[in-house]
This record gives sequence, C-alpha cells and structure tokens, in this order.
Amino acid sequence: MSMGQGHKDHRARSAAPLGWNNPRVRSFVYQAAVLIAVIVTVWFFAATAQENLERLNISSGFGFLDNTAGFGIIQTLIPYSEQSSYARAFFVGLLNTLIVAVIGIVFATLLGFLIGVLRLSNNWLIAKLAAAYVEVMRNIPLLLHLFFWYFAVLRPLPGPDESLNPLPGILLNNRGLILPAPVFDSGLIAFLAAFVLAIAGGIALIFWARKRQRDTGQLFPAWRVFAALVVILPALTWLVAGAPFHLEFAEKGAFDYTGGMRLLPEFVALVLGLTLYTAAFIGEIVRAGILSVGKGQREAAASLGLKEGTTLRLVIIPQALRLIIPPLTSQILNLTKNSSLAVAIAYPDLVAVFAGTVLNQTGQAIEVIAITMAVYLTLSLLTSLAMNWYNARIALKER
Amino acid sequence: MAMEDVTGRPRPPMRSRISPVDWARRNLFSSVGNTALTLFCLWLLWLAVPPFLDFTIFSAVWTGATREVCLGPDKGACWPLVWANLGQFIYGRYPEDEIWRVNVVFALGFAAIVPALIPSAPAKRFNLIFLLVIYPLIALVLLAGDRPGLRPVPTSEWGGLLVTLVVALTGIVVSLPLGIVLALGRRSSMPAIRTVCIVFIEFWRGVPLITVLFMASVMLPLFLPEGMSPDNLLRCLVGVALFSSAYMAEVVRGGLQAIPAGQYEAARATGLTYWQAMGLVVLPQALRHVIPGIVNTFIGLFKDTTLVLIVGIFDLLGQVRAQLSDPSWTVPQGALTAYIFAALVYWVFCFGMSQYSNFMERRLNTSRER
Repeated sequence: MSMGQGHKDHRARSAAPLGWNNPRVRSFVYQAAVLIAVIVTVWFFAATAQENLERLNISSGFGFLDNTAGFGIIQTLIPYSEQSSYARAFFVGLLNTLIVAVIGIVFATLLGFLIGVLRLSNNWLIAKLAAAYVEVMRNIPLLLHLFFWYFAVLRPLPGPDESLNPLPGILLNNRGLILPAPVFDSGLIAFLAAFVLAIAGGIALIFWARKRQRDTGQLFPAWRVFAALVVILPALTWLVAGAPFHLEFAEKGAFDYTGGMRLLPEFVALVLGLTLYTAAFIGEIVRAGILSVGKGQREAAASLGLKEGTTLRLVIIPQALRLIIPPLTSQILNLTKNSSLAVAIAYPDLVAVFAGTVLNQTGQAIEVIAITMAVYLTLSLLTSLAMNWYNARIALKER
Repeated sequence: MAMEDVTGRPRPPMRSRISPVDWARRNLFSSVGNTALTLFCLWLLWLAVPPFLDFTIFSAVWTGATREVCLGPDKGACWPLVWANLGQFIYGRYPEDEIWRVNVVFALGFAAIVPALIPSAPAKRFNLIFLLVIYPLIALVLLAGDRPGLRPVPTSEWGGLLVTLVVALTGIVVSLPLGIVLALGRRSSMPAIRTVCIVFIEFWRGVPLITVLFMASVMLPLFLPEGMSPDNLLRCLVGVALFSSAYMAEVVRGGLQAIPAGQYEAARATGLTYWQAMGLVVLPQALRHVIPGIVNTFIGLFKDTTLVLIVGIFDLLGQVRAQLSDPSWTVPQGALTAYIFAALVYWVFCFGMSQYSNFMERRLNTSRER
C-alpha cells in the first residue's frame, strides 16, 4: 500500500458520517462502555462494602495500626514485644519475608546455575543426575516440598539432647539449626577499615588495568591481585589488632543449647523448599541460555586463540546472560511471592503475621489485605526495575 | 537423549558398534576430572538411593489393617496407612452412597480428555466444545446434585483429589478464554481498553496466590450484598481462575507477538471483521506457537491448587495432611509415607503434562520444518 492511498483512506475515514460505520465512533463507544462498566462495578462493590461494614460494626481506616498487637512472634529481626503496635508487627513480618526471599534468591540462583551447567556436562552420569533433579523437583508442588521438609524431616528430628552434629560447630535438632555466630570485639573498626580499603583499592586497580589494556594491550592479572588484596590486608589487620572477631559456638546448657546463631526449623524448611524448587526452574533457564549461544561463537573464539576459560567468560556467558536475565527475573519474582507459603508451616512472614493474625484480631479485612497486596506489588515492581536496569546494561548495544 | 556437546568439539565419526567399555570410557572417564566427578556421583547415589529404596520398598510394610503393623524398629514406609485412607484421599468426605456420581464424572472426563489429546483423533471441534463447555456443566450437576433425583452434596463435603481436579479444571476452562480476551485487549489500539487490561493483568501477576485466596475467603464477602455470599470453594475458584487468566494472557500475548502484522492486515483486506480476522487467521496460528507455554501454565495451576488448603478447603494435600492427625494411624514414619505418596500423585500428573507438551512441541516443530 502506498503512502498516498493510506492518506486518502485517512481522509475518507475522518470525513465519514458520525454513524456506527465510523471506526472512530465505534472505538469511542466501546471504550466508554468498558470504562462505565469498570466504574459501575467499583462503585457497586464500594457501596456494598460500606453498607456491610456499618451493618457488621467493623471499624474502617488505618487507625488500628497504632493499637497494641498483644501477640508474640517467634522470629523478630527488630525489637518487638507483645506490647508493640500492629504497625511494628507488620514490619517484623515484612523483614521476615524479605530475609527469606533474599537468602532463597541467592541460594536458588547459585544452585540453579550449577544445575544448568551440570545438565550440559559431557559426563553422562552427571548430566542425567542433573536432569533427574530438575524433573523431580519442578513437578512437585512447592507446598508439598515445604510440608515434606518441615513435617516429615525437621520436626521429627531428635531433641537438643541428641542433636545431630553433621559438621563441627553445626547442630541440628527439632528446635532448629544452630550455627556458630560471629562475635565482634574491640579493634573491629580497624579491621573493617582495612576491608573497605582493600575493596576500594582493588576496584581502582581493575579500572587502571582496563585502561592500560585499552591503551597498550598489555594484560594485568587484576582480579587475582584484587582477591589477594581483599584476603591479605584484612588478615594482616586482624593479626595486628589482636583477633577482633571470633566465632562463638553453641554451648550445652541444662535443657538446651545457648549461644551460637539459631535458625528456626520453619525458616530452614522454607529456605530449603524455596531454594530446591526454584533452582530446578533456574537450571532449565540457564541451560536454554547456554544452548542458545551458537556453536560458531565458540569456534570463532577458539580460532582467535582464546583459552577455554576466557571464551566462557568473555564470549559465551555475556551472550547467554541476555537470554537468561528476563526469565530469571520472573523466577526471582516467583520466589518472592512464593515465600508467602510460609503461612502453611507457621513461619512468621508478612502473610502469616499480618494477613493472618492481625486480620483475625482486628477483623479489618479490606485494609489488611490491601496493605499486604500493595507490599507484594511494590516488591514485584522494585525487583522488575532492578532486573530491567541490569538487563539494559548487558543488552546488545546496537550501533 | 543425545548428549549436548557444549565443548564445541566435533563429534567423533559414528562407529557401527560401540562396546559398553568404549561408551563408558568416552562418557564417564574421558579425563581425570571426569573420572573424579563420576566417582563422586556414584558415591552420592550410593548414599541416597539404597536408603530410599529400602524405606519405600524393601523395609516397607505393605499389608495390614491397623497401625500396629507399622510399629517397631527398622520398619520402612507404612503403606497400609495410604490404602486405608485411599477413599478419603480421592473423594474427601463425599457421602459414600453418592460416590458413583464422582466416578461417573471422572470416567466421563477421562473419556473426553484422551481423544482431545491425540492429534489424529476425529471430531476435534466437537470434542473440545464438549470438554470445555458441556462437560463442566454435567460435572457441576452431578457433583453438586441439587436437581430432582440427586441428593445435594454441599461443597464442604467435597475433598481430596476430587477438589484438586475441580479447582484445576475450572482454572483451565476459565483461564484460556479469559486469557485470550485479556491478551487481545492488551494489544488493542483503544487506550482505555488497553489500560484496563494492563492494570488487570499486572495486578494479578504481582500478588501471590495466597493473598488472592485470603481475599476471596475473607474480603470478598464484605463486597457482596448480604445473603449473596457464595460458598468458600466457589469463591476460591473465582480467585484461582482470575489469577491464572492473567498468566495465560501473557502466554497468549507472546504468541500474538510472534505473528507478523501482515497476517492481520491481509485478513482485514479480504473483508473480515476484527473478530473474524482474529478468530480465523491470527489466533489459530498464535495459539499453536504457544501450546507449550499454555501447558506450562496448566502445570503451574495444577500445582497451585494445593494452596486452597490454607483457606480451609481439603484438596488432596489437605486431605493427606488431615489424615496425619488421625490417632488410629499415628506412626512415626506416617508423615514421610503420606507425603511421598502425595508427591508421587502430583508428580505423575505434572510430569505427564510436561511430556505431552514436549511431544506437541516436537510435532509442531517438524510440521514447521517440513
């Protein structure tokens, strides 16, 4: 179709009489109808809700957030007591959700990359094992994973007296997983300063090495020096300042262990379930991403004389990441949303604390559910934004 | 499945016969590192597989009528627990005299789904219409009763696999058409319709299903006139259906984007209306592209049905969990046994669906290459 014809068509359209045959009239009517339908529905629900709230004598508004909560929470990352307000309980739940999500995302991504690479191994046994892992894990509902780990594995463990001791310093019993806790003493400032200094110096070094390579073509093993700096400088300070931190191991008390870092069985089950389940999906994404990089890329890199590791780092992975990042983003979002299954094993996450206990106590379903949903929508939005930013950075720069 | 070769080395020429020793040398012990990996894997397998087989098969208790047969040291899985409660796991608390109705629904569904899945089976159109429109109505009447000659069975007495399948099938039957409409709306040229669809889709995709179910069970009654509150299962069905429609819409949108605009323009140029062009030209091609994605959404939906137990509906997993607190079958290994059984049931359904999706993918690919 030539431009002229399109122009004529446009003129004919705008000149058409304002009847049903005029596409613009039709379009306007359809859109008006949809908007009116949406408005009427919203208005109907709002009016009914108003009526019901008055009839049932449920107070509305967000004033309840200042009232005393009056219930305990088994895991609190910020100070909280039964005298704290509902708003405080909300933040406790939110932080519990965030910590489970962040730890789950880190572990699931690492395990998922490992599984994806192993599935492509040229070792038959390891490839088959990784494939079996993926097929078993992703075809079982996440809730069943959680029930399995919590009710069938962690709860029936022996009590503190007969704790399992899989590794030195690590204890596992029906009250949770106990890890050595890092304890900081005086002289910490110097240690931390050395650490920060080492990282800053290392980053500067990498920039310098890059510039030198651009200018002169000479390579400098910047990453190795960086790693050495980060290890050696703080280690020296540690020795000089007299061991400003040590690990505190749990000690057996009269009834239970004291000290150390205690992770609740609910927390352990949730992290295990989320990690193992999501890693299966991430593994498939990574595999598809690596397979999508054409064979010619690898051959071209080899013919340029790049070594196997360099090829992987500079040629294969940057191209594979482009395909991996968008679906990886949705898996990370899924994991965050799936952490709400915590309520089924009584881990005090946002849904369990706020949409569960607080809702039951206050009865203000509309406000509580709306806040909860708004939190998840915000988290989704923030994760999407961060991942889109990263995706744009690594996307193909077409000139 | 052939080995994917990521190392990029050319494959050695095919030999007419490969002896097992050659095969093992090439695939398991090709280098020092590979040999170490193989031995490590064998060690892991040795740690995991024999105890699992011992628990589930060799030391397991297979027959018995009471929990006493499963007590004692060194006893593995307690399968009599599963046999004794199998009726509960499948039908929930559905009245015993009326179970034939559930069986008829199962049999009818099976008879309708199998030919629908076989690409060469005849009468596809009628088959699909029956499956997606007529069958759900028949199932509703039979299961709920409430018709002359059929005793009404309230949904609070439904349970087990029955509820799992009801939730999953309702989700599938509603989400496919609604998802298509939403996907078309999202690609519409009318800004108001597009905005409404985008907000709808992104809202449901941004919140966890649990909050949707909480909303359906505690918040929805507040939004409906007094006395009009539908029962809990129906409210959850609405929540699940809307939730999965949003995901379905995104899958369908992917398929629509893969169809060149020329297809739609050519269809309009021959005088078809918007709906004719979409229904006869664009959608048939778009949906073919995304059959694997659609099946994946179904698999996700099937697994998500377990979440209804959190709002007090006893699906298969809920029923299994409830049975664990039954004192007549309390044994130490009960939880492990019951959850392994439930995992197996879910796994068979989901793995079956994913294998079917692979099969369709291969079929569609070959037809495209030909």
